[in-house]
Amino acid sequence: MASAAGSSAAVPFWRAAGMTYITYSNICASLVRNCLKEPYKTEALTREKVHFAVSKWADGKPQKPTIRSDTPEE
Amino acid sequence: MFRQAPRLLARATSIMRARSFSTDLPAAPTSDSSFVEAWKKVIPNIDAPKTPLSFMQPRPPTPPSIPGKLTVNFVLPYQSELAAKEVDMVIIPATTGQMGVLPGHVATIAELKPGILSVHEGNDVTKYFVSSGFAFIHANSIADVVAVEAVPIDRIDPALVQKGLADFTQKLSTASTDLEKAEAQIGVDVHSALNSALTG
Repeated sequence: MASAAGSSAAVPFWRAAGMTYITYSNICASLVRNCLKEPYKTEALTREKVHFAVSKWADGKPQKPTIRSDTPEE
Repeated sequence: MFRQAPRLLARATSIMRARSFSTDLPAAPTSDSSFVEAWKKVIPNIDAPKTPLSFMQPRPPTPPSIPGKLTVNFVLPYQSELAAKEVDMVIIPATTGQMGVLPGHVATIAELKPGILSVHEGNDVTKYFVSSGFAFIHANSIADVVAVEAVPIDRIDPALVQKGLADFTQKLSTASTDLEKAEAQIGVDVHSALNSALTG
């Protein structure tokens, strides 16, 4: 009905380059964390640690998982 | 043609009146009354189970006159910086520029850019550098600011900021793909904001 303008909203440069808001926000946060003074910087970097395992499924069975982790494997 | 206009306009406005604006809502209900009544009709002897709605704090009603203080909730993913703190004003770094929020501000949702958030309470000003996030200002003078990283300005190291700015300016000139250019541009933006936070 009122769809005369298709997508006339101005997109931010990062979305135009294919980046999502979460990626943008996480990049900004990690850049800020890297500019901190010493005791705060080491605390902040512990906050950035990521640990996840992703498995694709095929024929009802999980395939080998890809594990992304910043903590050393026990 | 214009003779029909008042009738069409009246029809449009009467449809709109069925929904109230969020600026003048009463307090939110604490239990779903239609569910409780339907339960009682079928099982009158047992109390109806509590629904999630009854565990939540209800949204307070919009006060009829502008309150004297703004209530700020400033949260980060790992910590709550300010929880229901009553202040006079906050200045938030919205993408459209520094926005001052006073009690009685119109309900707004603002996306934040990397910049300084300052909280003014009497004569005290507390400044934080916010990496990015959102600010929700409600009609009842409650402001919720959510950010991924927020640090007091004195925790920022100027030497690292200068180095980062130089690095990313250089990466911006040598970037080839759109994605690299975007990342370099983000780096330049964040570091210049950090720089002006330190010097401003």
